[in-house]
Amino acid sequence: MLNNHAKLMQFFLEAKEVTGRKKLQKMVYILQSLGVPFEEKYQFHFYGPYSEELSLRMEELCNLGFVQEEKEEKSNYYQYHYRITNDGLQFLDQFALDMPNYQEQVGKLNGKSARFLELVSTMLYFHELPRAEVEEKIHTVKPKQKYSDEEINEAWQFIDELKQGLLQ
Amino acid sequence: MAYKDEQLNEEKVFKDPVHRYIHVRDRVIWDLIATPEFQRLRRIKQLGTTNLTFHGAEHSRFNHSLGVYEIVRRIIYNFKDRAHWNNDERLLCLCAALLHDLGHGPFSHSFEKVFKLDHEYFTQQIILGDTYVHGILERVRPGFAQDVADVIGKTYSDKLVVSLISSQIDADRMDYLQRDAYFTGVSYGHFDMERILRVMRPTEDQVVIKSSGMHAVEDYIMSRYQMYWQVYFHPVTRSAEVILSKILHRAKDLYENNYEFKLKPTHFLSFFSGDVSLAEYLKLDEGIVHYYFQLWQEEDDFILRDLCERFINRRLFKYVEFNPNKQMNEWMKLHKLFQEIGIDPEYYLVVDSSSDLPYDFYRPGEEEERLPIHLLMPGGGLKELSRHSDIVESISGKKRTDHKLYFPKDILENIEDQKKAKEIKEILYGQGDVFDAK
Repeated sequence: MLNNHAKLMQFFLEAKEVTGRKKLQKMVYILQSLGVPFEEKYQFHFYGPYSEELSLRMEELCNLGFVQEEKEEKSNYYQYHYRITNDGLQFLDQFALDMPNYQEQVGKLNGKSARFLELVSTMLYFHELPRAEVEEKIHTVKPKQKYSDEEINEAWQFIDELKQGLLQ
Repeated sequence: MAYKDEQLNEEKVFKDPVHRYIHVRDRVIWDLIATPEFQRLRRIKQLGTTNLTFHGAEHSRFNHSLGVYEIVRRIIYNFKDRAHWNNDERLLCLCAALLHDLGHGPFSHSFEKVFKLDHEYFTQQIILGDTYVHGILERVRPGFAQDVADVIGKTYSDKLVVSLISSQIDADRMDYLQRDAYFTGVSYGHFDMERILRVMRPTEDQVVIKSSGMHAVEDYIMSRYQMYWQVYFHPVTRSAEVILSKILHRAKDLYENNYEFKLKPTHFLSFFSGDVSLAEYLKLDEGIVHYYFQLWQEEDDFILRDLCERFINRRLFKYVEFNPNKQMNEWMKLHKLFQEIGIDPEYYLVVDSSSDLPYDFYRPGEEEERLPIHLLMPGGGLKELSRHSDIVESISGKKRTDHKLYFPKDILENIEDQKKAKEIKEILYGQGDVFDAK
């Protein structure tokens, strides 16, 4: 009961603040792909893996006052900042969650740009394909992003780092 | 003549209450409809348990899939001489539209949650695996099945093609909103689809709407908003879904604890063990599920028996509004009291949140979160819908979440320990109205 809400609260406790809905979507997806048991269902969308369930759950957490959402107007769009509230901390205290320690991974993910996380999450989405085909797929599904070979190599390295950290 | 170009001698039509007629001329489409995998969709209701609330909602995934096909057929007809549209993609679009829901199982939302399944995975499996559907698609040309799977999976290279089947104003939503409104009998959910189809314009990577058609799209967004609250999020339907999920949970728990079912639940075994093959998945339909629920009413296990009897006879849980921020202490007290009087709270005290449901609202969102609806302005530029429409702007970002606490009021009325019964009722009924799921 409300366990999935509590898992997200714990995520915000670790992340302190997340800037950008796209970034949030990709962070949770990447952690889920690496075995952290978030249960939000993802589908592939225009900008990579996206979970409507996560969007709605975030809306619930904000409406309940557990997460604070700040809306910042940019030239062509809005950007959102999220952080846990005191009510959220109290709510979280009532749950004994069985989650791996992923604090280090959250820190690393939070330090990357939304564009880079879009690349990483897309690569993880095609994890069943051989490496060369994943790279080909990136160019097929993301032609406008024009990811360079350097970025793709950096993303592979980043995925390995994240995995190793979780295994330790 | 190549199979992909083969036409039926004369056009076939399906009479349809929403689109009047569904027209088929392509041999490939006709053959796909005739496959066992597609015919199976007749035995899966589009709205799962909604018929327990709106008795007309007996329509199937088969009806809906044909409807989506028909809408895409009409869109393509309008697109055929427009820039950015490649008519070589026509058959691919039609096949993807027809097959987009092929992997849905019975009561798929509850099954997916309890057994950790994904109907989209099974859609891919049916299209790419050893099936009749796969055989037909590969007759079109080698690799065609993979292209259809990619369009449905939204990973196909041509984003315009993907957006016809899946976007915030796509053929899928336009069909289900109208069809669900028709079959539930509600008066909302209607919008001027003909007008929307006329103002849709293909661009390089998405379908956009000519700005003069904005009001038709506003109507569509309002219909979507109203249908979510009035039909899809209906609390009585949610009560039935809660009981359905708990039946599946209970049956799985019993299996894992070596319980001896009176009749071996053969069709469920792979679901319980978490290793479902495509053949086993395709065997399960609503008839089979109802058959087991009927049988389980005779089981020795009280919880399984009781929950099945509730589901079959529509003896649903009641509910109160619940605020997890303000009422967590009460909930914990209730949890303890339920245990003390011998009612397992795991099965009989259930919080259901709006995010537990599979439907979504229109979200303008942040840049690059999810592609919004774009208006094509007179100068040729694109503008996000809510930036131009006051109506859409006003319903975007409003509070639209809720949480309800479901429980069996009838059991609580017959508790022997009067003191505890009183305590429970004070907590539950002290929160406000108790709503009957009637």
